[in-house]
Amino acid sequence: MSADRLSLDIVLARQTFSLKVREDVALEGVTAVFGPSGSGKTTLLRAIAGLEAQGEGRIGFGETVWQDSAAGVFVPAHQRAVAYVFQDARLFSHLDVQGNLDFAAKRARKAGRSPDMGAAIATFGIEGLLERRAVSLSGGESRRVALARAVLSCPDLMLLDEPLTGLDRAARRDILPFLKSLPEHSGCPVLYVSHDLEEVAALASGIVVMEAGRVLANGPVAEIGRSLDLGPLSEGAGPASLIEATVARIDADSGLMALEAGGETLLLPNVAGARQGDKLRLFIDARDVAIAVERPGPMSIRNVLPARVGRIVSSDTAADALVDLKIGSELIRAQITRHALSELKLETGQQVFALMKSVRLAGDFR
Amino acid sequence: MMPDLGPVLLSLHLAAVTTVILLVIGVPLAYWLATTQARLKPVVEAVTALPLVLPPTVIGFYLLILMNPSAPLGAAWVSLTGGTLSFSFAGLVFASAIYSLPFMVQPLQSAFEAVGRGPMEAAAALRASRLDAIWTVLLPQSARGILTACVLTFAHTIGEFGVVLMVGGNIPERTRVISIAIYEHVESVEYAEAHILSAGLLVFSFVTLVGVYALNRSYRLRVS
Repeated sequence: MSADRLSLDIVLARQTFSLKVREDVALEGVTAVFGPSGSGKTTLLRAIAGLEAQGEGRIGFGETVWQDSAAGVFVPAHQRAVAYVFQDARLFSHLDVQGNLDFAAKRARKAGRSPDMGAAIATFGIEGLLERRAVSLSGGESRRVALARAVLSCPDLMLLDEPLTGLDRAARRDILPFLKSLPEHSGCPVLYVSHDLEEVAALASGIVVMEAGRVLANGPVAEIGRSLDLGPLSEGAGPASLIEATVARIDADSGLMALEAGGETLLLPNVAGARQGDKLRLFIDARDVAIAVERPGPMSIRNVLPARVGRIVSSDTAADALVDLKIGSELIRAQITRHALSELKLETGQQVFALMKSVRLAGDFR
Repeated sequence: MMPDLGPVLLSLHLAAVTTVILLVIGVPLAYWLATTQARLKPVVEAVTALPLVLPPTVIGFYLLILMNPSAPLGAAWVSLTGGTLSFSFAGLVFASAIYSLPFMVQPLQSAFEAVGRGPMEAAAALRASRLDAIWTVLLPQSARGILTACVLTFAHTIGEFGVVLMVGGNIPERTRVISIAIYEHVESVEYAEAHILSAGLLVFSFVTLVGVYALNRSYRLRVS
C-alpha cells in the first residue's frame, strides 16, 4: 500500500454554502471524511474526483496535479484515475451486473491497467448476480456490485460517498468487512465519507473532520478522537469515546476477552475471528460511563478502571455535564448530571473510578 | 378505382429522410439543451418550439423567401446543384426538417433530462470520456425517448400540409405528398380517392400514437 498524499487548497462557493479547504491529507488504508450532514464532505469528495467544475484552487495527488486554477489546469474526471462509489450505487440500469463490471474493466485495460475480473467477483461474492439487471438488486447487493465495479476500474484513489446509507443494520454489518478490506483489494488508498462515527471507528485509520465547509481536524483517528469529541458531530449520537485496544487474552469458557487499553484491562464479549494481539477499536457512549470516587463493592459491571479526572465541561443551562477521564494514555468521556458533579465535588486531577456499563466494538452494528 | 401510389411513396420517402436528418441534428441540440446552464438556453428552446405555435403559412412564407434563387440560401443551392430549392424534393426536406424540429428535439431533451447527471458522472468516474459516456450510457438509457422522437417526427412529417403546399406546390412525383393529394382530390370532388388516402392516414396516425403512448407509459410526452 502506498502512502500517498492529497494536497488540497480549494474554495467552492454556492449560494447557501461555501467550501474552503486547505489541507494536506496523508492517505493510508481508509481515511474518513467525517462530519454532520451539510458540512461539505460530499462536495469535497466530488471536487477531488473532478465532478465540481466550479471549484477554484489546487488539488494534487502525490506527484500529480489534478487541478490548478491559477495555471488553468483542470484534469477531467475520466482522466483522474479515481473510482467514485456513489451513495446510491449508480449502476447502469441498461446493463446487467456483468455489463456493469465489463464497463469498468474495459476502460481500465484501455488505460493500461490490468483488472482481475475473477478476483473482483469472488471478493465481493457476486457470482450469483452476474446476469441480473442492475435495477433488480437489493440495496446491499447493488453496493457490493458498485464496489466490485470500482475495484475493476483499477484506480489510484478510491472515493466512497456514504456507501452504507439507506441500508438496514444487517446489510451494513455484511458490507463492512468488504469496505475494511477495500485498500487491500484495490491496492489503493480509500477516502471514505461518513457522518457515522461508528463506521469511521470501525474502518478508518485517518480522519478529516469537517464542519460547515471547513476542516476542523485532520490526522490519525485515535489521536483526533482524544483531542476532539467527535460524538456530537455524528448523526444521532451524543458524546462518546473512541479508543484503541489490543486483545491480550481470549477466554473461551467465560466467553470474554481481555483487552489492553492505555495500560488497563477491559473485558468484552468474544468477537468471532479475533486473535491475541489484534488491535480493535472500541466505542463507548458517554452516557454508559459512571463515576465513583471510591472503588465500588461487588457489582455486575465488569469494567471498572481507575481514572484521573481531566477537563470538566458544565454549563448552568444544561442538566448534564461532560467529564473527561484519563485512563493511562487513553481518554474516556463520561456524561453525568450536574447534580452528581456537585455532590461528588469532582475536580480536575482527582483520582476516581470509571464504571463502564457498555463497551462496544466499533462497527459491530447490533 | 385505385388512387395513385405516388403521393404515398413520396410522403414515406420525405418522412424517412427528414427523420434521419433531424436525428443527426436533434441529438446534439437536445443534449446541449438538457445539460447547459447558458443564459441563451430559453431563447434556443423558444426557437426550437416556434414551429409548434406558428401557422404553417408563416413558416412556409419565410422559407419561400429564403429559398428564392435571389436570396443567399437559394442562390447557393442553385450554384451547387443547378436546380432551385423551392418546388423541389430537397426544398421539401429542408422545410420539413424545420417544421418537425420540435417533434424530434423535445422528446430527446426530456429523455436526456430523465437520465440526468448521475449515470454520466458514474461513467466519468470509470474513465469514460464525455463522448464515450454519451454513446454507451446516455443514448442506450434514452432508447425509448429516441424511438419516440423518431416515430413522432416521421408521423408529423407525413401529416404536414401547409408548409409543403407553400414551399413545394403540387408537382406529381416531386412534391405532391399525401396531404396535398387529398386536398386536390377533394377540390376535384373525387371523394372515393380522398376517402382511401384520408382513412389510410387516419389509421396510420392512430396506430403510431398508440405505439408511442404504450412505449412511454412511464413518463409524459411533452409534445402530444
